[in-house]
Amino acid sequence: MEEKLLEILEKICDDEAVREDLEMDLMEEGLMDSIAVVELIVAIEEEFGVALSPTEYEKEDWSTVRKIEKILKEKGVQ
Amino acid sequence: MSFYDGLTFFIVLVLGSVPAVVLGFREKRIGNYTLLFSLVLIFIIYRKNPMELFYLLLYLFLVWHLIALYQYSLRRFGKRKAICFHAVLFALLPLIIAKLSGMFGHHWFSFLGISYITFKVLQIILESYDGIIEKSSFTSTVGFLLFFPTLCSGPIDRSRRFETDLGKRWSREEYGGLLQKGIWKILLGILYKFVLSAIAYGFLEKISGRYAPQFLILYAYLYGLYLFFDFAGYSLMAVGTSCIFGICTPDNFNKPFISKDIKEFWDRWHITLSHWLRDFLFSRYVTDAIRKKKFKNRMDAATAGFMVNMVVMGMWHGLTKDYLLYGLYHGILLAVTERYQKKKWYRKVKNKRWYQLLSWFVTMNLAMFGFLIFSGKFLETVKVMLNYF
Repeated sequence: MEEKLLEILEKICDDEAVREDLEMDLMEEGLMDSIAVVELIVAIEEEFGVALSPTEYEKEDWSTVRKIEKILKEKGVQ
Repeated sequence: MSFYDGLTFFIVLVLGSVPAVVLGFREKRIGNYTLLFSLVLIFIIYRKNPMELFYLLLYLFLVWHLIALYQYSLRRFGKRKAICFHAVLFALLPLIIAKLSGMFGHHWFSFLGISYITFKVLQIILESYDGIIEKSSFTSTVGFLLFFPTLCSGPIDRSRRFETDLGKRWSREEYGGLLQKGIWKILLGILYKFVLSAIAYGFLEKISGRYAPQFLILYAYLYGLYLFFDFAGYSLMAVGTSCIFGICTPDNFNKPFISKDIKEFWDRWHITLSHWLRDFLFSRYVTDAIRKKKFKNRMDAATAGFMVNMVVMGMWHGLTKDYLLYGLYHGILLAVTERYQKKKWYRKVKNKRWYQLLSWFVTMNLAMFGFLIFSGKFLETVKVMLNYF
């Protein structure tokens, strides 16, 4: 799952930097913004078949690769 | 008597706060008292306009049934787009009737705070559709919708967040901290709204009939300051009052004039409205557009999203040419900013000091020009000039 997620994020953020540090705050680094979040929701739905809602989580819950992984695991993605 | 205005209101507020403070310090739940006091205060304030009080209560009656029926339909028939669409439409209908009839000089279904309460109701319906809210409770929903500190002009809180606070027993230390924060915010709000905003307004009146460029620039800046101190002051008082009643209503302003681009500006100005629109309109519209591949690329989808989002923002303020133009203007600014920030050049310079300074200066002036449109002065000037030539 991690590799797939990184591929998605790399494409959305248009930057390989997402791979360097999985604890990096993507919002603060300017790699993610509200459109990127929307794209991520669509991509996760297409790739993993999990529907997420924009208000289900706080901004901080989304902010790093590790945290997104955690959300996906909670939703039952292997 | 009206909200946050005049000595009577503040005396009633202080008296009404006493039981809340006692409950808070005795580590008891304040929620039920808050609901009771909200009802009393609403009755006192809307009393002079019985029609408004009637519409407010009728609205509450209708939307509660709408929410309960919609959540029942979700449990019974599952997630269906068509049903959700109709629920949203019904929740919006009173607001649409109020705004449209207002254009013809009527006040059908219009009451103080209808725009704000409608957005709160829509949040509950849309999050029910998402499956985040299963079943709303009657008392906490009514408590949320009628919560007096934010009833007539926000900030727009979210029901799930509100309900957690409403049911909470704060420890003595926690409540002490909240009370302190609340009183500080109310005092700061009073300074903003009744002193600083009034000063700006005084200057504004002096130049209201002048149309030379230098006066227009001055007008834009003064109006921006006036609007900020007026609305941020109001919001501070609303947030501060909420704190006293044990509710941590989110802040509405966060130093908007230090923003370095328009996207940041909307993260700092009227935050609860712009975040509401982001979560319930923009992201849903763009998600849908990307999913259905309505646009060639994601940038076009985002551009359309920004335009729809900001035009609705303008319309929400009122159905006038000025507000529509204001929405359009900010929609274009956001779309252009989005495109611009994807350029390689931007990534190279964005952290340089000179660039940030320049970017701040441009943003500030763009925002001020937006306020000139918002104030009605821009179209007024255009009209005057057209007559002149």
